[in-house]
Amino acid sequence: MTATPTSSGLVLPRYLREDPGQRTPVASPGYRSTGTRAPLRTPVDLPHRLTEVTGPVLGEDRVAPGDGDLTLRSGGEAQGQRIVVFGRVLDSGGRPVPGALLEIWQANAAGRYRHVVDNWPAPLDPHFDGLGRVVTDALGRFEFTTVKPGAYPWGNHHNAWRPAHIHFSLFGTAFTQRLVTQMYFPGDPLFGQDPIFNAIPPAARDRAVATFDLGRTQPDWALAYRWDIVLRGVEQTPFESHDDGADDGDVA
Amino acid sequence: MTDHDSPLVRDADETNDRRPGTPRRGTGFLDEPVTLPTTPSATVGPYLAIGLTWPDGPFAVAEGTPGAVWLRGRVLDGNGDVVPDAMVETWQADPDGRFAHPDDPRGGVTTPGFRGFGRSSTGDGEYAVCTLKPGPVPDGEGGWQAPHVDVSVFARGLLDRVVTRLYFADEVEANAADPVLSALSEADRATLVAQPTEDGWWLDVRLQGDAETVFFAV
Ligand SMILES: [Fe+3]
Repeated sequence: MTATPTSSGLVLPRYLREDPGQRTPVASPGYRSTGTRAPLRTPVDLPHRLTEVTGPVLGEDRVAPGDGDLTLRSGGEAQGQRIVVFGRVLDSGGRPVPGALLEIWQANAAGRYRHVVDNWPAPLDPHFDGLGRVVTDALGRFEFTTVKPGAYPWGNHHNAWRPAHIHFSLFGTAFTQRLVTQMYFPGDPLFGQDPIFNAIPPAARDRAVATFDLGRTQPDWALAYRWDIVLRGVEQTPFESHDDGADDGDVA
Repeated sequence: MTDHDSPLVRDADETNDRRPGTPRRGTGFLDEPVTLPTTPSATVGPYLAIGLTWPDGPFAVAEGTPGAVWLRGRVLDGNGDVVPDAMVETWQADPDGRFAHPDDPRGGVTTPGFRGFGRSSTGDGEYAVCTLKPGPVPDGEGGWQAPHVDVSVFARGLLDRVVTRLYFADEVEANAADPVLSALSEADRATLVAQPTEDGWWLDVRLQGDAETVFFAV
């Protein structure tokens, strides 16, 4: 159906509006960089219209062979504890998100990033660049092979250390679903002093922490961590149109 | 553990006909909608360029495409300083107001080679996205939205992305009728309207300050 200025509404999906008490706020006083960067005014509510319920369709064309295995780069094996990181991408309605691009980046086993700004005295690894990409399968599943990243110091406060983490970026299928986040490892003793981890509301913190999965370890090869990622889901059936004059809900 | 300490009781819906706080048996069928709690966001941090750099990122259309324009601008912090380690992403309709998305109810995009999505770092002091100016987009209620681009900004110091919109200064009538713009004060509107340049359009994003950009909760 073509929309014209005189036609009645396109019925579009509404993406779940999350409880602010469960979402990471943009600013957190303990995280110093937010001070001059996080907006101070309350954001204006934007209803979900066509631009917000669509989004870039990105998939296999953004992924090269080997992008899912971060342990084999530049012709050799990365140093460190080899791990498999796997899970599913679901929406909040429990539906798998297939064909979804995941981009990850991380420090090497010594806690050093391959980046010009990172110059603390930990070694770079010639066989680790810290970049991974995969696309979820038909059931929303993904899997990376990598090494466990090291913790690293940063200048936020005296003796500040980031807990080991992997950065994740996902698009889902709509602008509203875009998510950039960090995955942590269970039981990290550095959680208590990390303002980025603790900016997550207490009730939501465990969702940022992977689970050790003995069943998925690969004998004589790699440990395994499971992390399921949940994107916002739709609140009603998407994209049904109805004719001029039809009663609300009369979607024959 | 008393009954009241059970998480099953604590999380139970108290609007049904049970005495509040009383455990209940499952029916064996899923008779309520599933709502999984979402994964919380986190900052991209200072090293985002490792994971989020695409050689073709800035090109929502190939350079040289007829009608291609550059959207450019700075991201500024509360001191008025340029933020050199941010990433700007753009999402928009094509010149006919259609989206490169299978779920656009009017059919997918019609402009060949148009991705609709751009991604640019601010490492050179400004973002830059090569694209086509979008057409008007239905507002879903029988009216129209002025040509616009949805913009996400990610950076160290932002624990979640912030979202804004870019409109075009030459769309005077359409901007005046746009449901989003017309709900804002004149000063706030001005933070969203890009001005013409030699090769396209310019809009600074001010994260804080007197002319703080209007950001949206989506
Ligand atoms: Fe990091």
